[in-house]
Amino acid sequence: MIENVIIDDWVSVCESSDLIPGTGVAVSLGEEQVALFKLRKGDSIYAVSNYDPIGKANVLSRGITGSIGDKVVVSSPLYKQHFDLKTGQCLEDGDVTIRIYPVRVHEGNIQLQYAD
Amino acid sequence: MSKQRIVVVGNGMVGHHYVETLAATDLDVEITVLGGETRPAYDRVHLSEVFDGKKPEELSMTTREHYKSLGVNAHFGDPVAAINRDSKTVTTELGRTFVYDKLVMATGSYAFVPPIPGKDAKHCLTYRTIDDLGEIKASAKGVKRGVVVGGGLLGLECANALKNLGLESHVVEFAPALMGVQLDEGGSKMLRRKIEGLGVYIHTGKATSEIIEGDEHRLRMNFADGEHLETDLIVFSAGIRPYDQLARDAGLEVGERGGIVIDYHCRTTDSDIYAVGECAALGNFIYGLVAPGYRMAEAAVSQLTEEKVSFAGADMSTKLKLLGVEVGSVGDAHGRTEGAQCYSYCDENAEVYKSIVVSKDNKKLLGAVLVGDTSEYDTLLQYMLNEIDLPESPEAFILPSVEGASVALGADALPDTAMVCSCYAVTKGDLCNAVQEGAHTIGAIKEMTSASTGCGGCAALTKQVMDSELLKLGVEVNNDICEHFPHTRQELVDIVRSTKIKTFDEMLEKHGKGHGCEICKPTIGSILASYWNEYVLKEEHIALQDTNDIFLGNMQKDGTYSVVPRIQGGEITPEKLIVLGEVAKEFDLYTKITGGQRIDLFGAQLHELPKIWQKLIDAGFETGHAYGKSLRTAKSCVGSTWCRYGVDDSVGLAINLENRYKGLRTPHKFKLGISGCTRECAEAQSKDIGVIATETGWNLYVCGNGGMRPRHADLFASDLDEKTLVKYIDRFLMFYIRTADRLQRTSVWLENLEGGLDYLKAVIIEDSLNIGDELESEMAVNIDNYQCEWKTTIDNDERLKRFSHFINSPETDNNLRYVKERGQKRPAREDEAEQVIRLVS
Repeated sequence: MIENVIIDDWVSVCESSDLIPGTGVAVSLGEEQVALFKLRKGDSIYAVSNYDPIGKANVLSRGITGSIGDKVVVSSPLYKQHFDLKTGQCLEDGDVTIRIYPVRVHEGNIQLQYAD
Repeated sequence: MSKQRIVVVGNGMVGHHYVETLAATDLDVEITVLGGETRPAYDRVHLSEVFDGKKPEELSMTTREHYKSLGVNAHFGDPVAAINRDSKTVTTELGRTFVYDKLVMATGSYAFVPPIPGKDAKHCLTYRTIDDLGEIKASAKGVKRGVVVGGGLLGLECANALKNLGLESHVVEFAPALMGVQLDEGGSKMLRRKIEGLGVYIHTGKATSEIIEGDEHRLRMNFADGEHLETDLIVFSAGIRPYDQLARDAGLEVGERGGIVIDYHCRTTDSDIYAVGECAALGNFIYGLVAPGYRMAEAAVSQLTEEKVSFAGADMSTKLKLLGVEVGSVGDAHGRTEGAQCYSYCDENAEVYKSIVVSKDNKKLLGAVLVGDTSEYDTLLQYMLNEIDLPESPEAFILPSVEGASVALGADALPDTAMVCSCYAVTKGDLCNAVQEGAHTIGAIKEMTSASTGCGGCAALTKQVMDSELLKLGVEVNNDICEHFPHTRQELVDIVRSTKIKTFDEMLEKHGKGHGCEICKPTIGSILASYWNEYVLKEEHIALQDTNDIFLGNMQKDGTYSVVPRIQGGEITPEKLIVLGEVAKEFDLYTKITGGQRIDLFGAQLHELPKIWQKLIDAGFETGHAYGKSLRTAKSCVGSTWCRYGVDDSVGLAINLENRYKGLRTPHKFKLGISGCTRECAEAQSKDIGVIATETGWNLYVCGNGGMRPRHADLFASDLDEKTLVKYIDRFLMFYIRTADRLQRTSVWLENLEGGLDYLKAVIIEDSLNIGDELESEMAVNIDNYQCEWKTTIDNDERLKRFSHFINSPETDNNLRYVKERGQKRPAREDEAEQVIRLVS
């Protein structure tokens, strides 16, 4: 178990090996829930809110990832809307966006920038 | 003005069509139906299928309740005895009287029995109604031989029926040839050759002089030429005669050869009385096919409306399968038109005969005969009906296409008025309109226009018209599953099978682009599982699975999961039942019985799933795959082990089948149903695969569905032993896996399958594609590699790590809110959520 250790304003949330390519995991960040994804081996990591504002449940980390055109997306496991992992924009509904988080890998740990 | 009173005498197929058509208009009428038979209208065209295992009720076209809902007064089993034209009333045999403003005669016809001495002996029967079938069945019990008198269309149907009853079947025909009305000499000869090859004995040119008691069999038929034939029963099917006695008695004019005389408006010599169907004669001709009957019914209804339609005769071309032999007859098959010329082709090796009749100037097609292969029927019919100019060498139509040169008529050559589906009078124009209104699949076309849902003969042409119209509209017929793979699901299956690719990444690299998506990933994941059946949570497969498959549970609206252990056949011991109760209580799970005879436990959080499953597996349960596109359940009735009426062990079979197919990944979920007798308590005919016990084996039904768009399953094969049954189901499922689209249930798959049920039967039963062994061995791979995914998961620490809401914290989702209802928890609605104290920690 990784403690939430604050290094600068980056918080380590899990080990990079916890992420299986193509799948997501949810991490707890203070009061927030963040979904982390890695699309393929060696690819960058994406961090977005775990809360699906359409299905109204904390489930996005359990969606299927993929691409629509040149956008990298996760599809909600509840009603299948796509969310752009880079911008948080919902592709089916222009009024809906989800929060995105700065993310990096540091010494084998995945870190999120904790900006309240 | 008070409501117009319409009385319809007779409730056969045409009488029923009249009522339906009339009820669909906005006319303010009071409809009364007087049916002579005790049953409401049924499908007489498919009568012989009752001997093939179909139940009489399945032929039914309507019900008393349906008529009631249409506001139709219907009376059955009390034939009309007299028409009184002066008082405008009809009186039934039981003495009831009905007043009419307009009377419609739809009395149909009866089987003609030649006046042979002895024709009324016991076991001399006719073939016309469902009641006749019962008598034939009873008479055939325990005897060996049956004779059909009449070698026409109905007679041969009947010979097939006798054959299906296990009798040695004979046909005695007075004329020198079979089906003399529809076929020319060459066609008739080929038909005879083929039918004899199937073990039916044919005797032509035989005039029966008397029927007397037999020596070895019940009866003996003596023929005019001095020969004789002994038999146990005789069925007369030597043509039909119109039921016109009522009309004669009432003084209406009848034709020279019978039939109530009508004009182009289907009106009899009394302008308030109409006649439609086989009881009517237009220009001394009786139209003994159902399609012209329907057109008459529609014409007669239209006379009550503003828009009057005429019936000026109908084309009697026909295409059918007799004892499995394809036969087609178009227009002037005999070349009786003046100056007509004939081309014919005969291949005794392949047992195919084809001929065409063309006009004197070689420009127009007048008629055709096809035996053994009717693939050109649609094309020829359209040439004839629409008087399209023939190509330079019309013989190309019937010669085998050696260099693949096809003369098939492109859909574009047809005028919009061309009748494509004659059962439901759907023209090419109707089809094009449907396509323009958004029907872009055969399934959608069928639903919107009814085309090709009757006899199905026009399926190929309907598809051609649709494809051509789509092309014209610029609708790209793109069946690619998504933007990442330029392939249909079927093509992806072929790639997986032929290249033995075992991972999505390799597929994407060699045959796709981009990252994949929520469409291609699960689809390919499912295909890989169907052929290699590896653990679905293997590292290279895990990212392909829908959330349900990843966590081996069904995600509910709040992100929690439901747990459904397998309860094979719905049979469960009290001990296991108690375990389910204890687990549900311990984890506070909402509990409900499913429609598939098992128990669903709702509200489990991710971290609870492994703990729940550990307890279930310890108690002997295994995963129920409720989360997968795979076998759900085999629903069964209790069967012969307990039931007073059961004829076979439906529970035992259900358990065997469920164990055989559990875990099999398919294009969509599929369900089985097994009933122990024809009472059908397991509702097997609403399942993808239904099995019903009979006294002599299992009847197999396929492609049924409940749910959003219910579909009654089709009878696929009858009286099977368990080994053959399993073989057919193995092949059926693997063929479905191989050829269906993604998320296509078997019912829709069948509706879109070119060639339909007959094609499917040919592939599965007759192995026409020569893939039977392959399909069976593919199934064997699946069965050999079955594993309970939950058991594998519980033994795998790496995988268990994922069963936690957070990877970095033991906390659970703080968004879950529940309320109590009827003694159990359920997710709080939005309006309740604010006020609810968190029940979950």
